Amino acid sequence: MSHDSDHYVLDVNGVRREVTDSWLGESLLDVLRDRLGLMGTKGACEQGECGSCSVMVDGVLVCSCLVMAASAVDQPIVTIEGIAPVGSPSDVQAAFVEAGAVQCGFCTPGLIMAVHDLLERDVMPSETEIREELAGNVCRCTGYGRIIEAVQRVAVERGRAQ
Amino acid sequence: MPVHLPDTVDAAVAHLAADPSATLLAGGTDLMVEVNDGHRRPSGDVVVVNRIAELRSWRRDAAARAVTIGAAVSYREIETGPLGEMFPALGEAARTVGSPQIRNAGTLGGNLGTCSPAGDGLPVLAALDATVELASSHGRRVVPIGEFMVGVKRTALAPGEMIVSITLPLIDGWQGYAKVGVRNAMVIAVASTCVVLDRAQRRVAVALGSVGPTILRCPEAEHDLAASIDWETLRVAGEDLERFATLVSAASRPITDHRSTAEYRRHAVGVLARRLVRRASSEEVTV
Ligand SMILES: Cc1cc2nc3c(=O)[nH]c(=O)nc-3n(C[C@H](O)[C@H](O)[C@H](O)COP(=O)(O)OP(=O)(O)OC[C@H]3O[C@@H](n4cnc5c(N)ncnc54)[C@H](O)[C@@H]3O)c2cc1C
Repeated sequence: MSHDSDHYVLDVNGVRREVTDSWLGESLLDVLRDRLGLMGTKGACEQGECGSCSVMVDGVLVCSCLVMAASAVDQPIVTIEGIAPVGSPSDVQAAFVEAGAVQCGFCTPGLIMAVHDLLERDVMPSETEIREELAGNVCRCTGYGRIIEAVQRVAVERGRAQ
Repeated sequence: MPVHLPDTVDAAVAHLAADPSATLLAGGTDLMVEVNDGHRRPSGDVVVVNRIAELRSWRRDAAARAVTIGAAVSYREIETGPLGEMFPALGEAARTVGSPQIRNAGTLGGNLGTCSPAGDGLPVLAALDATVELASSHGRRVVPIGEFMVGVKRTALAPGEMIVSITLPLIDGWQGYAKVGVRNAMVIAVASTCVVLDRAQRRVAVALGSVGPTILRCPEAEHDLAASIDWETLRVAGEDLERFATLVSAASRPITDHRSTAEYRRHAVGVLARRLVRRASSEEVTV
């Protein structure tokens, strides 16, 4: 399968999105924000260090700044906009608010993506596991304590609901 | 410019043959950093390798006691699956790479393609005497790891060639990998060491990262330890272990740069090697 780098279709949050005039090598982060108007995914370092651009591609958590957008055709892409509709936050989003895990909020979308992914793979992570699994998401406000608390809350609540 | 998403090696090498300036893309965790920084701009075709089943999978050859790992197998898969159990040093190396996001995308083939002296997979491949299978439209060839890694970010890959897989022998004995960096996560190695104690062959292998233009083996230290180690218990007498560590440090050829000094790196690889050998004997006691 081959296609032209400046015209292709991506599957974003279950919707076919046409991308035109993209330059070869343009990152998924830039395509999401600048061409598709999905501003929830944040860009900061563009080197894979900060995790604020985390999205799911083909079921795997990645930094969208390091994904060449044109290589992600035919793979389901889920961004923060695909996690929950506006006005009805996911359990992870609600727990972040309740635990005070959101301060400036810039890192939050990436963290929410990473936490949903983590709790899919590990329903009751230890504090060390949470710290290790979130090592790719940098937060400069909270000191992480409340973020870890939010993750633990969701794990406990989901456990109770079962 | 065309972006190709081939599903076979034959299709991929045909694209490489058609456009010698084509760029190979696996997880993008090295390539896209350069593109985002403006240091590299793909000008020709892009050939994406991570939809090629042969590159995404691994297989065990029981008769040859060897495992062949596809170039596009991710660190995450190595870290969490049977590969990390069969090759504990490779599992440890994979676990130290970047963050979950980087380990989900980054591949062993990409580590080899970049061939940084700090690549965490590379000392393990060197210590295990891996072979690397390459393919082009002219056919395939197998290159020993020591010949594949030529220098700082330089490999034996010819134009039009790609890495298909890496083959590692299964070892009866002990293996481990350790790295020094400024913190625990998301850090490039300031110095790294892999030790393999092959009990069946009574052979020691030591490979060092970040202390030379490419990965270095330590033949003198290896022979010395092979003679002094108790192959039953993997214990080494104190003075023999000190001599081994000194020989490992002496085999390094570090430089001083923004990450560390040559002196520190030379010292660190000796410490890591000694620590790994101690760990080998202590783990041996508990099992
Ligand atoms: C934040 C961050 C942290 C990192 N931390 C570490 C770390 O701790 N340790 C470490 O070792 N590395 C680290 N890296 C570097 C990188 O993740 C690894 O080198 C990884 O193995 C690269 O694999 P990739 O699949 O992403 O390669 P890509 O970026 O896709 O490719 C890398 C190079 O190899 C070539 N290539 C890829 N596949 C093939 C193939 N099959 N045949 C021939 N050439 C090929 C490409 O053309 C390119 O030149 C880090 C990177 C980032 C962004």
